[in-house]
Amino acid sequence: MTERDRPNPDALLAAIQRDETRQQRGKLKVFLGMCAGVGKTFAMLEAARREFADGRDLIIGYLETHGRKETDALAAGLPTIPRRHIEYRGIQLSELDLDAALARKPKLILVDEFAHSNAPESRHPKRYQDVLELLNAGIDVFTTLNIQHLESRAEAVSQITGVTIHETVPDTALTDAEFELVDLPPDELRARLAAGKVYLPERAATAQDRFFRVGNLSALRELALRFTAEHVVQDVLEERRAQGTGTPWKSGQRLLVAVSASPTSASLVRWTRRLAGELHAAWLAVYVESTRAMSEEDQARLAKNLALARELGAEIITTTDDDVVRGILRIAREQNATQIVVGKPAVWRVIELFRGSSVLNRLIRESGQIDVHVVRAEGEKVARQPVRPENFWKIDFRIYALVAGIIGGVTGLNAVLDQFVGFYALALTYLFAVVLLALFVGRGPVFFSATLSALLWNFFFLPPRFTFFITSFQDGMMFAMYFVVALVLGQLTARIRAQQTAERQREQRATALYLLTRDLAESPDLAQLLAVVIQQVGKSFRADVALSLPDESESAPVTAYFASTWALSDKEQTVAAWAFQQRQSAGRGTDNLPASEGLHLPLVAGTRATGVLSLRFHDEFSLSPAQRDLLDAFIRQIALVFDRERLRDAETQAKFLAESERMGTMLLNSVSHELRTPLAAISSVASGLRAAGELNAAQKSLTLELDEATRRLNRLVRNLLDLSRLEAGHLRMNTDWHDLRDLLRSALQNLGQSLSRHEVKMDVPNDFPPVKLDAILTEQILVNLLGNAAVHTPPGTKIELSARAEGNQLVLRVADNGPGLPPGDAARWFDRFQRGPDAVAGGTGIGLSLVKGFAEAQGGSISAENRAAGGALFTVKLPLTKLPPLPEEKE
Amino acid sequence: MNASDKPLVLIVDDEPQIRRLLTVTLEANSYRVLAAVSGQEGLVLAAQHRPALVILDLGLPDFSGQEVLRRLREWSQAAVIVLSVQDDDKGKVAALDAGADDYVTKPFNTDELLARLRVALRRSTKTDAVAVVHAKNLVVDLATRRVTVGGKEVKLSKIEYDLLRLLARHAGKVITHRQILQEIWGPGHEKDTHYLRVYIAHLREKLEANPETPELILTELGVGYRFVAND
Repeated sequence: MTERDRPNPDALLAAIQRDETRQQRGKLKVFLGMCAGVGKTFAMLEAARREFADGRDLIIGYLETHGRKETDALAAGLPTIPRRHIEYRGIQLSELDLDAALARKPKLILVDEFAHSNAPESRHPKRYQDVLELLNAGIDVFTTLNIQHLESRAEAVSQITGVTIHETVPDTALTDAEFELVDLPPDELRARLAAGKVYLPERAATAQDRFFRVGNLSALRELALRFTAEHVVQDVLEERRAQGTGTPWKSGQRLLVAVSASPTSASLVRWTRRLAGELHAAWLAVYVESTRAMSEEDQARLAKNLALARELGAEIITTTDDDVVRGILRIAREQNATQIVVGKPAVWRVIELFRGSSVLNRLIRESGQIDVHVVRAEGEKVARQPVRPENFWKIDFRIYALVAGIIGGVTGLNAVLDQFVGFYALALTYLFAVVLLALFVGRGPVFFSATLSALLWNFFFLPPRFTFFITSFQDGMMFAMYFVVALVLGQLTARIRAQQTAERQREQRATALYLLTRDLAESPDLAQLLAVVIQQVGKSFRADVALSLPDESESAPVTAYFASTWALSDKEQTVAAWAFQQRQSAGRGTDNLPASEGLHLPLVAGTRATGVLSLRFHDEFSLSPAQRDLLDAFIRQIALVFDRERLRDAETQAKFLAESERMGTMLLNSVSHELRTPLAAISSVASGLRAAGELNAAQKSLTLELDEATRRLNRLVRNLLDLSRLEAGHLRMNTDWHDLRDLLRSALQNLGQSLSRHEVKMDVPNDFPPVKLDAILTEQILVNLLGNAAVHTPPGTKIELSARAEGNQLVLRVADNGPGLPPGDAARWFDRFQRGPDAVAGGTGIGLSLVKGFAEAQGGSISAENRAAGGALFTVKLPLTKLPPLPEEKE
Repeated sequence: MNASDKPLVLIVDDEPQIRRLLTVTLEANSYRVLAAVSGQEGLVLAAQHRPALVILDLGLPDFSGQEVLRRLREWSQAAVIVLSVQDDDKGKVAALDAGADDYVTKPFNTDELLARLRVALRRSTKTDAVAVVHAKNLVVDLATRRVTVGGKEVKLSKIEYDLLRLLARHAGKVITHRQILQEIWGPGHEKDTHYLRVYIAHLREKLEANPETPELILTELGVGYRFVAND
């Protein structure tokens, strides 16, 4: 293997980590169809049936059979979680009961219709988010999806069918998903449609003919097939990369898409995502922030466009530059982009002809080695123009009034000066005022002041006075020149000022980040660190801040730090806890629980969250992209520091634990040795006496008593040692495959004479396959339960020991015919040193607590009850591992 | 039997009481006995006196039992029986894999210890392999590969026969899971204990008079199997 062919260790590590998170996360299997009616739900149920037959613990979370008989029949008999019913404005809605599903924690859950939008006031707006939460909880999910609901394909489908798609799922929700294409030729689908076998909501029935044209269906089918094929290729590539056998990233392409507030940007982003997917290339979305003010609507649309790009997997970069072309090209060179994607304006208005073509031309001319794609991209038809002027005036009205006032004042001043100087000189006073104004107000007001002053000058001072007429050519020239000079000077000044402001803001942001980093680095302890975070974030974002940290002692996953400047309400606390557990931002301006008061951001380092930062903004909520960037940088910085702090703690903790474990083990070994050595001596003396063979019958039976006593004492020592190991958490597990009958025999042997006065009945199926358990722990469970039964029941009664495989559990039952358990709380019988009121000599009260501890250590449980026929019944359930297949043997 | 015919046993244990006890018991049963209190002393005595058998405690203060075994095995083929505490399966298995012949769990029974001693000594002195192994009414003819129970031939698969042959050849001695798996299924299968459980169950079904209470192939829980042949 040459150096170049060797797999990159980082890539391998990433693949392993991906595998690991995949293993912890549940697996998502998507039954993908080209449109409704191809039989996705049916296919999903068939697959589920197969899993169910294999003994998989599965449950139906949500199923939409539309009353079809075949589908209903297939679902019958599978366990189902009842739906959650919600009444919303008098309408009965039913949804997946996410909490019930999480509490039930099956191995596999079926959730139909991945793209569904949840009822208002649900935990998540979308069902796919419910599914992600299930996956995060380690539950596998089967779901169904039509190709049209996939974010990156939605537009293509819209174009094919002319139907707007509202419910879409981001492609990132499907990372690591396995796809099964449910395919049906268009003709067959149409036949099914004609036979009324496809359910369609009534309002859609009219659109049915348009949608289900053979041409449409073929195109949709091709989309679905191509998507599945791409996914398979992706998997193969990853596999190859892991094995180092392929030629990965051969393309070496890096795509850059320019994003703006324009509604066409969204489709541009999707187009780029598709191209990136086909090229297996990384891609960036760049927004060039100009110094011009932006309406709130534009800001919202921009945020949406950037969020879309982020969701689709792009790296987001924002930069500030008044020259869009320069900004784009700078980032493209810095990031080594090989291709740039920009939009082609849909309509060529006169002004856009100049501006648009010049932007495009310059971009193409100056891009050098970089390819430029100019993509025709259609957006939703948003009426941009009518909205803007309204805002424009409303916002700036007071400034305009002020500007008019000042120009008016200057006019008054000029009226006085007019008596001493000529009217040309007065123009300079006006000009002075306009330039001065440009230092303080925006471009609109400057334009306004230039125009107004020109008119006033003309009206009041240019002869003929008090008219707008200009008689001499010289005056006309003066007026025109004044107007142009005032305009240009004013605009230039305003622009410089705007750039300065932007510069200052950038500097402020850099300073804020620097200050945070410095203060964090200088904090001597955690308390100081937390105080710094709360203070700096609050100052930089003008917000009340709450910092929540994981708290193991409390029931809630996180609790707010006492020095927080925002006291979280119970509701906000829940949102913060959710953000922590899901490692996703939640609250205002996000997709998760958007109705909350504040914004909750998890501090994520690596794959775990170390806390949650919650912000309640003083002003109306609106973060500019630059601010959002800064906040992200803050969060990353804080998370990193927290993680470092946590690692340091963990290291100290681990050292301490290791030391205490070493001491504990040493002590236990020494005690065990000290107690057992004399026991060994006694036991071997007793047997040695018998072996010498010079004893009479009475003496011989005395040595047997001695044997029995040693054996009992030895069991007690062992129980005490086990108990202290269990308590200290030093129990070493050693699971392996065992023949269950061996374990039972060994337990019986271990008890020796203790069981001699009882009749023990062993009931294990002859063909019981090997079980995977810890032999010692399981044997001790049986020894204690059987010993317990022997002590608490009268001699001569029967003790029954049985083993059964029930589902995926091994169930061991020890039943006796004695007086049974005294009344009282059954659970307390497993507490330490808990003995019956009429306790017989021979029990120490630790046996049952050990049994419980040993069962739980192996992931099992124990329960006790009285049998109907009299006597006590102890039931131990242990997880059963399926026997892996044995290699075939040739006879 | 004169003194030099008696086999020499070296006891390595730091507990004086156990040393005294073992010395008395063994001397009463016609063995010559040497005792060492540490692994170091044990190794020196073993080198000087060349005992036929070593009884080695696994919980020595200076070396671990495995370490003593390793050093001893570098030059000596003496039989070794280790003394271990009950819940130390890993120690037992490691010792057996490192070359110990057998183990006895404390507190031990004198009869049991003496029986183990006899088997271990016989195995270490016997040079040529037996051709036919008898155990109760089972006869394994290693030369002809014929297996009969009460005179009736039993059909075994290849793996079943290999397994039985391995156990029978080491009759009386415990063989660890690891040793069996490596021998029958080859390297890389040391962890596939489930193979073993399934095949042992098959063998018991075919050979034992009552498979529920096996008398030929005994399970040493967590350690391995022991085949009991007639003396």
